Amino acid sequence: MFAEFGYGILVVSFLVAIYGVIAAIYGAQNKSATLVESARRAMLLTFPLITLSAVTLIYLLVNDHYEVAFVYEVTSRSMPTYLKITAWWGGQAGSLVFWSFLMSGFASAVTLRKWDRDIEFLPWVIVVCSVTLAFFLGLSIFYENPFTRFWSVAGGVEPHMFAPANATLFTAADGNGLNPLLRHPGMIIHPPMLYLGFVSFVIPYAFAIAALVTGRTDDRWIRLTRRWSLWAWLFLSFGLVLGSRWAYDVLGWGGFWGWDPVEIAAFMPWLTGTAFLHSVMIQEKRGLLKHWNMILVILTYSLVIFGTFLTRSGVLSSVHAFAQSAIGPLFFAFIGISFVISIALLIWRWPELRSETEMKSMLSREALFLLNNLLFMSILVVCFWGVIFPLISELFTGQKVTVGPPFYQRATAPLFSALLFLMAIAPLSAWGHSTVQTLGRSMWKSAVAAAVITVALFFTYTKSIPALIGFSLIAFAILITLQEFWRGARARQKIQGENFFTALARLTSRNRRRYGGYIIHISMALMAIGILGINAFQTETQGTVAQGEELNISDYTVKYRELASWDNIGEGVNYTRAVVDVYRNGIYLGQLNPRIDYYFDAQQNMTIPGNRSTLRDDLYVLLVDWQPVSSNGATFKVYVNPLVNWLWIGSLVFFVGIIVAAWPDKDPETEVVRARRTVRQTSAAD
Amino acid sequence: MTETNNTTPRRGVPIWAQVTIWVILVGLLALVGFGLKRAQNPMAQPGKAVPDFDLVFYEGYEHAGNKEMKLSDLQGKIVLINIWASWCKPCEQEAPELEQAWQLYKDGGDVVFIGVDYVDTPAGANEYLQKFNITFPNAPDLKSTISSILNRQMGVPETYLIDRQGLLRQVKIGPFASVEEIQAFIANAE
Amino acid sequence: MRKTLLITIFALILSGSFFGRAFAQDTTPPTDDEVNAIAKQLFCPVCESTPLDVCPTEACHDWREQIRTMLSEGKSEEEILQYFTDQYGDKVRATPPATGLNWLVYILPPTLILIGAIILFRSMREWTKPKTVETGVGGEGSATPSDRSDQDDYVARFEEELKKRK
Repeated sequence: MFAEFGYGILVVSFLVAIYGVIAAIYGAQNKSATLVESARRAMLLTFPLITLSAVTLIYLLVNDHYEVAFVYEVTSRSMPTYLKITAWWGGQAGSLVFWSFLMSGFASAVTLRKWDRDIEFLPWVIVVCSVTLAFFLGLSIFYENPFTRFWSVAGGVEPHMFAPANATLFTAADGNGLNPLLRHPGMIIHPPMLYLGFVSFVIPYAFAIAALVTGRTDDRWIRLTRRWSLWAWLFLSFGLVLGSRWAYDVLGWGGFWGWDPVEIAAFMPWLTGTAFLHSVMIQEKRGLLKHWNMILVILTYSLVIFGTFLTRSGVLSSVHAFAQSAIGPLFFAFIGISFVISIALLIWRWPELRSETEMKSMLSREALFLLNNLLFMSILVVCFWGVIFPLISELFTGQKVTVGPPFYQRATAPLFSALLFLMAIAPLSAWGHSTVQTLGRSMWKSAVAAAVITVALFFTYTKSIPALIGFSLIAFAILITLQEFWRGARARQKIQGENFFTALARLTSRNRRRYGGYIIHISMALMAIGILGINAFQTETQGTVAQGEELNISDYTVKYRELASWDNIGEGVNYTRAVVDVYRNGIYLGQLNPRIDYYFDAQQNMTIPGNRSTLRDDLYVLLVDWQPVSSNGATFKVYVNPLVNWLWIGSLVFFVGIIVAAWPDKDPETEVVRARRTVRQTSAAD
Repeated sequence: MTETNNTTPRRGVPIWAQVTIWVILVGLLALVGFGLKRAQNPMAQPGKAVPDFDLVFYEGYEHAGNKEMKLSDLQGKIVLINIWASWCKPCEQEAPELEQAWQLYKDGGDVVFIGVDYVDTPAGANEYLQKFNITFPNAPDLKSTISSILNRQMGVPETYLIDRQGLLRQVKIGPFASVEEIQAFIANAE
Repeated sequence: MRKTLLITIFALILSGSFFGRAFAQDTTPPTDDEVNAIAKQLFCPVCESTPLDVCPTEACHDWREQIRTMLSEGKSEEEILQYFTDQYGDKVRATPPATGLNWLVYILPPTLILIGAIILFRSMREWTKPKTVETGVGGEGSATPSDRSDQDDYVARFEEELKKRK
């Protein structure tokens, strides 16, 4: 009953989305406002419909309806209710509905805005959103239906949506249970964040396509979607950070980023998205790079879809990939079609996307932004090539190859360093024009301070040259950005007569995009500390020790005290938990409890580290193996991960920064007017 | 609008650039399409010829006096290729049955059993072969060549039956339960 | 007789000190850390994209033991890596060995990046070249803060902002 209802609603929303596409195209061509309005209403209708379907699915999940195949796969009786709800996106079928749900939510939100001046965009935005939505709904309906049920037929139990002849409904006693790896809080929030980021990047793309189709190729589409892009970027960034945290806490390999194809698939749209956020500023301020911004937004959208495809089709082998699925070919066709149409549109409108001004100096801010774009694209090339190369190798030589972390680390380290350097100096350069003298004058103090810090680190912390280069760049970037805050606040203090902190607060709140961006820059530099720390200084040791024996690593001592193993029937888990004492330089610091959790329903082990985290380093202890007779001892793997905490600190600062930058204004239009202070006083857009 | 201050003539995308873009795009799509096709059909198709591969037998094993041979050397015979690994528990279930079945065929000379050890260590392989007293020739899957020809998503044990013409006839995924099942399996090649 | 024996022993010890590595490995079994240092550079041949040193499966445990055995036989790191490559294929190496087609992995990204950089610099040069025909919307030059120092730029901006607020 419920399953049919949920499925029926999905089908209806699919049809509504298709109707929206047709009505919008027809309405745009015949200049029929009524039809376009009807398409808009269709778009708005999909959201409550899909919500209803999703609620049905959640009802089935929460109430142990194991006759439904999806419920059987991802839940079990021993799971707590909140996990049963989040199991919604714990499997392929459910997560596709989740995608559709978010997509229709975002599309509805965007169609609700005031369209008076941009009414010609509306039908095409609806077309892009509805086509994407219909595609995902189609996947759910035809290939990965979450409402499929088990039926007992002559030959056994088969999954079908509707009862086959002579079949009775089959209800399993208990479900498989969610993959234990996905029961971590980070995994509960990580996919929604990532999907939110993916989905919200569809909106800028929809506007870009609308601009191309209508020929209204000024920067209006960019102004309309600026905040969408920022939010999309926020979600995507947070998805990535949470994913890293999850990997660090759960996967038990001592790190947070393994350069796995699926991780890279989520990282690639982030790269183009970040480049896009920077280069749109050039178009807004200087009217340059119209082509480039189009390319970037098309790339971002394509990479979002492509990444989703890679994760779900089984084309690439990855630890994170979903199970094998039939949706591959359809996905492939969708990628091909959307890519071809986007590029054809872009080539068609190419002549109209002419730059309005010219660049004045190689050191101007726009020139530095272009360099920044080049670097982001370079990292993208490295990532894309690394992901795609195994396919090429297999095609031409038949040999499978692995392109693993060392490749990416070596290839991207110089690029990331160059980005850090640009991040430091770009804010100092002016729009339009800068010279070496003006740049030098404003940066020498920070450069000297950074040099002093580097020398201090050389004597106290590390003699490694690459690490020192990294630290000096980080220090330089942070100092210059802080100096920018200081200069701005001082200037304001002088004019307004405010005290320093009021000046600082007002400065930030009046130029939120600029100073929010600076906060984000600082957060990136802080994260870079953590990334540099773990990559340059991670040490590890492994050993089997008897009770009372110790393992030594850097200045830590880990002493094995005891081990206990017990079943928790209620949770369906067997815990094996070791107790170790931690000393540093002979001083007792406390206990850690690395453990191995065995999940009965999924028949899977999870290795949970005991982690002691300080600003200086993390002591990360894993229980690798143990002997049933405790005197034989247990095997531990111990990592010391220096500075890794700065990554999480940086991500909190990042959150603050992006809230500052992206918080909605009281009156967005005045903000827009104020932002375009320079250059183009007259334009059709305003 | 921007067009109002157009002073230079409109320049479109040059033809060579358009061609390059489309070529790259089509190439990329073809590549991903190929990967997708591979992912969707990872296995050798029954009824098709099995590409040739080399066999270098483990110490103490041979076929007709050869310590090394090619699959194509066995044309005209029925070949049963059993893929196993010493770390694979289900393989141990069928190992005694396979050896028993081999005893039934080995004197006939018409049917050849070949064990292929999928990503394994020499020590483990040796122990396994001795434990089950396996007498039919066994070879390691060097460079994973054989498994990538037969099934890119190998899940040991898997057994492949090749007929006299060198065509793949039958595939069994998972362990055999009895000698009779193996005999029935081989009968398919006739 | 005894003398020759002594000399032989002495010679053995001496040669032992020359080939100390092999000897030391004969006497003390390789530690987990030595094994992991090599396993880190390899990928699990059966599970997807998992480095061998952190892979928890039984099979991976066997492979690590294999490394240990080879280490205690005095094999060098390069020999062990080569052995694994020959046995299980290129996919077990964390990065493709630079042979044949695999060269592309290392060559293509820098080439593309270089091409990108050249295109960027050429088009920037083109943009920065002053154009002869300059009409259209109001003189852009006047609006850019080119001749003012950064400090004044701030002051100007805040004054402008102030005006707007009033």
